[in-house]
Amino acid sequence: MSETQMLIEQLVDQREEHLLEIRREAELTGQVKSPGVRPEGSPFPIASPQTGYYQQPLLKEPQWTQLIPFYFFVGGAAGSLGVIGSLADVLGDEKRLAEQARWLAFGGSVLSGALLVTDLGRSSRFLNMLRVFKPQSTMSMGSWILSGFSVFASISSAADAMDALWGANLLSHLLRGMGRFGSVIFGMPFHNYTGVLLATTAMPVWNARANSLPGHFGMSGLQSGVSILELMGHEDNRALNLLGVLSASMETWEKIDISKSNARALLPLKHGGSGVLVSTGAWLSGPVPLLFRIGSVFLPERSVALRRLAACAGIVGSLFTRYGWVQAGKSSARDWRLALEIEAPKEVAMPTTAKRSTGRVIAKAAGAICVLATAFFVLRRKF
Amino acid sequence: MSEKMGNFEVQPGKKTAFFTDSTTCIGCKACEVACKEWNGLEADGYNFSGFSYDNTVGLGASTWRHVKFVEDTPIPGLGGNSPDHNSWEFSSDVCKHCEVAGCLEACPTGALVRTEFGGVFLQPDICNGCAYCVISCPFGVVQKNEEDGRAFKCTFCTDRQKVGLEPACAKACPTQSIQFGVLETMEEKAADRLAVLQDRGMADAQIYNPTHTSVKGIHALFLIRGEPETYNLPPNPEVPTIYLRDGWKSAARDGFLLLAGVAAAFMAARSGRKDGIHV
Repeated sequence: MSETQMLIEQLVDQREEHLLEIRREAELTGQVKSPGVRPEGSPFPIASPQTGYYQQPLLKEPQWTQLIPFYFFVGGAAGSLGVIGSLADVLGDEKRLAEQARWLAFGGSVLSGALLVTDLGRSSRFLNMLRVFKPQSTMSMGSWILSGFSVFASISSAADAMDALWGANLLSHLLRGMGRFGSVIFGMPFHNYTGVLLATTAMPVWNARANSLPGHFGMSGLQSGVSILELMGHEDNRALNLLGVLSASMETWEKIDISKSNARALLPLKHGGSGVLVSTGAWLSGPVPLLFRIGSVFLPERSVALRRLAACAGIVGSLFTRYGWVQAGKSSARDWRLALEIEAPKEVAMPTTAKRSTGRVIAKAAGAICVLATAFFVLRRKF
Repeated sequence: MSEKMGNFEVQPGKKTAFFTDSTTCIGCKACEVACKEWNGLEADGYNFSGFSYDNTVGLGASTWRHVKFVEDTPIPGLGGNSPDHNSWEFSSDVCKHCEVAGCLEACPTGALVRTEFGGVFLQPDICNGCAYCVISCPFGVVQKNEEDGRAFKCTFCTDRQKVGLEPACAKACPTQSIQFGVLETMEEKAADRLAVLQDRGMADAQIYNPTHTSVKGIHALFLIRGEPETYNLPPNPEVPTIYLRDGWKSAARDGFLLLAGVAAAFMAARSGRKDGIHV
């Protein structure tokens, strides 16, 4: 017998022996677990009270385009500017600031409408929104609030345009009064209803904050409105700084309140991509502008630079906040355990990255160094 | 042509309902096919999910019936539908046509309406694709067709019911797993069937109908075995309108804070200016 033939026989014997082993295991235990018997991808996904239906999410993710979070930003700013523009001249004697705020509010309302209509699946049917008035639908209320605000913001701006063209007259005076009243009445809900819009849905992370999300979005809107005015040359206006301090304080409070909560539904606000967006937004709309604004009071010679920094942080922070929250809603819908009320294992319920991890510590340190370095640079230089 | 084409009475004003019995479902997907045929829905493609024999995976814009293949860990030598071992179940899912429907409450155009049969109907000629219903459904049923632009869901075969015909899925079902009729009759049938099964020792059988939550009950009853979570049915679905009060309260508080803040800030700044403060 040649060497090759012997080798072949050995191999055959081994294989036969292995087959017998499998047979013995099958006889004894009723199933075979040796490697090679298990197909790729096993163990198979299952449907059970612990795993839900193959871990498939029940809820559908929001299907809005990226225009919607931007609309939240524009609408929030425009609504706040409508109120500021209607009151700053009568109560604060700030004629130029008020008129600029009114023009911005008007432009914002037009842009808001355009963004919303573009996002619709059938844009040509946007007027269908106005065929019903439905208090139980926040989307319906929002359509009416936006429409109302647009009308009165246009009236205000029409009065301003008439003044500029033909000088103040009775008609422009009358129109301005109307616009002023309507812009305040509709500006209040317009600057924060988008928070209600998110809160009154089935997305767990949104409805879990129903009693604070509208306030959060409202203050974010005020912050961005004030910041835009400051960057337009009103960085020495004291009233705007007061409003900036108010909104930054409220945003700081909201940030603390969210981080204090251990609710599992809020995990997308702290973890993953949406978590990065939301927490960056929270820092930039809360503590950072608050620090700069208070600093600007105590350092009069650097006040303008600090106010500009606060304004930039506020605008970027507000944008991050809106995009972060919408993204968090998507993550929330994907979390199959939440809607089925299945308790999560510890490592899923509170991932290490949500609490503290090296990456997070480094990111926070880097952020703090950036802020401090910018402040140092600004304080050293003359503007 | 006669007014009534079907073989049973559908009276406008009387609520109708599905009763889907998963213990008699054989997973043939005739309901999925019948639904697509009657409603002219596009095919879902040849995706392989790896989840038992379920490659449909969920309800969506073009999938209004979905047969779930509920496969738990197989127990060798046993399995089957023995009352002691929950190993394989089939259940045909559909829009629940809630008594209080999240999508219907949320719709800003009035495209979603309650029909004379108690179902929830989405009028495709009104829908403008705002997609708010998609995130307002606690069962994840409604979906926007990104290509078409509008949202779609089960019509409850309102067109068929209007002429006295049962929905296509119920008609095509070969084992009477999907039954259709007046809501009260279906509730009775479900209760009777449950009693029979429990009599036979199937202790884990139960009827899924969340009357205890703000949904206030559904018009598509399911008889299932084991826990609803296994079937991707939420144990406590809530209509999102329950958050309206909290949401608008927060908005009102914040609205007045804005008004008071702006008024106070500008008045304070003016009086400060008069006193020579220019910070």
